[in-house]
Amino acid sequence: MSKKLRSTSIVPYLFVAPFVLSFVVFVVYPLCQSIILAFMQTNGPKTRQFVGLDNFSWLFTQDPDFWKSVLNIILYTAGSMLIQLPASLGLALLLNRKDIKGRGFWRMIFFAPILVGLVFVAIIFGLLFAPNNGLINNVLYQVTLLLDRVIPFFPDGWVFDLEFRWTAEFAMPAMIIASFWMYVGFNMIYFLAALQNVSKDLMEAAEVDGAGPWQRFLNVTVPAIRPVGTFVVLLSFIGSVQLFELPYLLIGSDGGPGKKGLTPVMHLFNKGFDAGDLGYASAIGWLIAVVLFGVALIQKKLSNPGTD
Amino acid sequence: MRKRWWTPFAIYVPLAAFALVTLVPFVYLIFSAFKTKEAFFSGPFWPVEEGGGWWAVDWSGFTFSNFTRLWSEVKIGEASFMRSVLNSFFFASVMSVVGTLGAAMGGYGLAMFKFKGREFITTVVLGALVIPGALLIAPGYFLLFQLGLLDSYAGLILPGVAPAFGVYLFRQAFISSLPHEMMEAGRIDGCGEWRMFFQMGLPMVKPMVGAFVLITYLGTWTNFIGPQIIIQTPEKYPLAVAVAQLRGPFSIEYGMIMAGTLVAIGPVLALFLLLQKDFIAGLTAGAVKG
Repeated sequence: MSKKLRSTSIVPYLFVAPFVLSFVVFVVYPLCQSIILAFMQTNGPKTRQFVGLDNFSWLFTQDPDFWKSVLNIILYTAGSMLIQLPASLGLALLLNRKDIKGRGFWRMIFFAPILVGLVFVAIIFGLLFAPNNGLINNVLYQVTLLLDRVIPFFPDGWVFDLEFRWTAEFAMPAMIIASFWMYVGFNMIYFLAALQNVSKDLMEAAEVDGAGPWQRFLNVTVPAIRPVGTFVVLLSFIGSVQLFELPYLLIGSDGGPGKKGLTPVMHLFNKGFDAGDLGYASAIGWLIAVVLFGVALIQKKLSNPGTD
Repeated sequence: MRKRWWTPFAIYVPLAAFALVTLVPFVYLIFSAFKTKEAFFSGPFWPVEEGGGWWAVDWSGFTFSNFTRLWSEVKIGEASFMRSVLNSFFFASVMSVVGTLGAAMGGYGLAMFKFKGREFITTVVLGALVIPGALLIAPGYFLLFQLGLLDSYAGLILPGVAPAFGVYLFRQAFISSLPHEMMEAGRIDGCGEWRMFFQMGLPMVKPMVGAFVLITYLGTWTNFIGPQIIIQTPEKYPLAVAVAQLRGPFSIEYGMIMAGTLVAIGPVLALFLLLQKDFIAGLTAGAVKG
């Protein structure tokens, strides 16, 4: 190891100053502030009043909308991850084949949706799902008509009622479909990068030993991509739990009929900025944070068993 | 690997099906943006001529008017739609240059120097990665109110001058690519620390600089919740907020909303697809090496 600069110099501090200063002002201070705010009721940023644990007791006992949003986000997170991640991995496995033609071309297509951004995905899918003439509803309608003809007891209005209106039940599938479209290629990129870690020698050895494709996948591929896999799972989890833009713009700022599209961060936003109670919003923020910290800890324990 | 006759089908049929699903919304967006209001309802993609059979295209259903009306008729507050385009361009450009510079400086400082507090700051950087954004929404707004930075781009830019995520990525990049010997040689030659950073440091991690500029640019361009909360004057809205707001007064003008969306994402999409290699390298750098 070569010598680094003398520790008495001021220079290294100047280099880290932008991070340290912005972190203290815009992260540490607000974090402390949010602890105080969580015990306050505010009316906009100007007036506030100490209310003790009222925010939390209200949140747990008097706020059914919040618990609806929690249920929604559990459904959304489970639904989107269970569909997205296997599809992403499948695409990555296909594109990782030695004999694939036009890898760059396929990758470019699958990667494109992430560049659109959630806001514009929500706007585009809002039109795709448009009640009367949206493409997806039209296709789904044709499919239901067909199924109706083939299966005698197929329920009408499975996805939307016959007047082509959105039904409350469709909010969740719509969100899952839109986020699937956006994130499948993005997650695929990570899996594709991870698949470069799969040892070719080990793969060939397994093949020589007569291991079938499924065995090779489980015993050679999976262990090699596991670290990146857990990273992608954690990333999608954190993103899903804090979902905001997509339902806010696709379903509606209030979560749509029956609040089927309401998420915890939307609830936080509505309480904090429409109702003006930053204190209550902070309390919701802490609850979300505690859940995320908990999951991150569990994930850490699971990903390196044996340590500590 | 054994080859079966159907292997190519098993590969390319799923790929093509997925590609189709991926492309349909883009194609729909483009067609919708160039269709008249009447034509919008005459077919999902191209406007269909009455009684013209399957592929019959009604050419009179195509129009540029959605775009011309977007520039001439739409008012975001008092300003034209162009103002929102410029706002987004300004916001994303400043944010990506400033954020990348601050992150690179932080990463360089942590990787290349030994100083009191370095371990502590490194731990803080890693810890900061797990702080959920949702937790900072309400108190962050309150802080900007206290600082008098509400309704200003300063309020959006200052919190991002050196994002922890970037500091972490640049720290990794500098550790793995910049030999200390070179730095020593530079110092012996009497090179100033800042000159070394700009002339030796940054060029060595050029791929990471490019990737991080792109990541920040895209993230800022599509940032909705920040401006939605902080920017209150409509003239200052960036595109993400402005296009979303189009849906109020012009809720049935599907063509115009899609034209606005196309203006908002088209150029960025084209540019990023050209640069996708660097972009992807940056995205995966943190995950795969770490």
